[in-house]
Amino acid sequence: MINNFLNSYFFKTHRLEISIIVIAIILYFIYLFGAPTAFSRFAIYRAFMQSMPFFGIIAISATFVITLGEIDLSFPSIVGITSLTFGMVLTGTEGNFFLAFLASMSLGMFAGLINGLLVTKIGIPSIVATIGTLFFWRGLVNVVAQGSGIAIVDVAEYTWHHTLFVSKVFGSIPAQFIWFLVLTLMMQWIYRYHKFGNHIHFVGDNKASAQMMGINVDNVKIIAFVQLGFFSAFAGMLTMYEMLYFWPTQGSGLMLTTLAAVFVGGTSVFGGKGTIIGSFIGVLIIGSLESGIIALGLSGFYVKFIYGLMITLSVTIYALIQRKKT
Amino acid sequence: MAETNLLKLEDINKSFGNVNVLKNINLNIKSGEIVALVGDNGAGKSTLIKVITGIHRPNSGNIYFKNKEVLIKSVAQSRKLGIEAVYQERALCDQQELYRNMFAGREITNFLGFMNIKEQRKESEKILRDFIGFTSKAITVDSPVEGLSGGEKQGVAFGRSLYFDSDLIILDEPTMGLSIQETEKVLNFIRGLKDQNKSAIFIDHNIFHVYGTADRFIIIDRGEIVGEFLKEEISRSELIKKMIELHESGRIEVNKT
Repeated sequence: MINNFLNSYFFKTHRLEISIIVIAIILYFIYLFGAPTAFSRFAIYRAFMQSMPFFGIIAISATFVITLGEIDLSFPSIVGITSLTFGMVLTGTEGNFFLAFLASMSLGMFAGLINGLLVTKIGIPSIVATIGTLFFWRGLVNVVAQGSGIAIVDVAEYTWHHTLFVSKVFGSIPAQFIWFLVLTLMMQWIYRYHKFGNHIHFVGDNKASAQMMGINVDNVKIIAFVQLGFFSAFAGMLTMYEMLYFWPTQGSGLMLTTLAAVFVGGTSVFGGKGTIIGSFIGVLIIGSLESGIIALGLSGFYVKFIYGLMITLSVTIYALIQRKKT
Repeated sequence: MAETNLLKLEDINKSFGNVNVLKNINLNIKSGEIVALVGDNGAGKSTLIKVITGIHRPNSGNIYFKNKEVLIKSVAQSRKLGIEAVYQERALCDQQELYRNMFAGREITNFLGFMNIKEQRKESEKILRDFIGFTSKAITVDSPVEGLSGGEKQGVAFGRSLYFDSDLIILDEPTMGLSIQETEKVLNFIRGLKDQNKSAIFIDHNIFHVYGTADRFIIIDRGEIVGEFLKEEISRSELIKKMIELHESGRIEVNKT
């Protein structure tokens, strides 16, 4: 029976997803038995649902860029500059949501476009290009904000858009988690079944072959960076509705957790293979680790150590799996 | 047989940096004609076919297809004209499933761009069965390409080019790494193109393959066409002699017909 399953088509094509789900379940049982009081109450799950979407949405979106065999390190600063813009326009227009939304989302896409152009047209490796833009956008935030934050509480609280993004659905489910779920499903659909998702896989697999098959490699890469810029802006906006405040370092803590979620989720660092569902589970794992570790009674000093362990182990295992296959 | 010009290249030049890879290439391909490009490694054969398929853009020169001047800027464009290429390697992406490879770059989609996976799998099965003749149970349309042998990969690339009905098929070393049986299959396939009034340009290092298959031989050396022979004009041993001369002297005497 188990042998049958291991040989089945479903297992072969979903090996990555199945392994990551098994790891998540094991981790969950460790939490449940190690800290039964915390994990038998709804409060901790609500807290997870409240905080995970902020980096989870970016992780889903970043999976596209990483499947290309590229990386974007600048998204924490794109979150910063677009959130600043959102806050400035929203307060400056006495709460004109559409204008604020339009301004920050376009800026996010513009920042993504710059990354894409640097990588494709100028030919700078993405890891270097996006370190540049990481500092650039954060620097711009500092120059414009001059170290001070923006409170949007007066123009955002009790508005319909606040309700739309961060209210509690059915009295207890954070709306941002529903956004996260819906976006995950949508992106999974695009990743697997849309022409664009298909092209992402081919370009990440072998750029030269993809080009010979008639795929416009540069455009695929640029669009991937642009959508990551958009979703960084979107995630930044959700965070602001939750906090009702912009602070100049907003977004800078996102780098580690977001990339960790994608890599732990099983998307190949070499490109060409990846999974949106895996990234989603990766978000659940990485997002629960900090509270989980504390609830288990370990000190907070262990958090980064265990992050590091999980990331290193998972990329090692996936790399070994891949090497065995070829 | 219709003697119309299918493809005409006029004074094509291509350079990479300071290196002139193609120098004033003039070339005519007629409908229903099989043309072989021969020459040493690095002579510019691959660059020439990449200019025709839209991977490289020439620095100067004109291209006419079906007597109309065309600018071939991309692979998608050359495919639309009716030019299909089968490359010796890199024709497929290894980690992706077979059915995705069959339709990469021209997916069957709905108006929103979502792929019709069912249709693609069905058509891929048809290609495997009817055009390639795969009977092995181990290979399905859902297999990643990395599990296939060299010959099987070549077969998939061929099947694909046949399925998408085209006027000119370009083959870059189609028999490389194939078994004798597979090679004969491939050469028969190329010969069969003539009956459908289709044309082919192919590159092959094996003169025996070339001589038995092509109607015309074009010898390329260091970016220039240095010889052009119809099959009637030259015997196999003469052609071999020419090639050896070229190889030894580094330059064959110009003998255009």
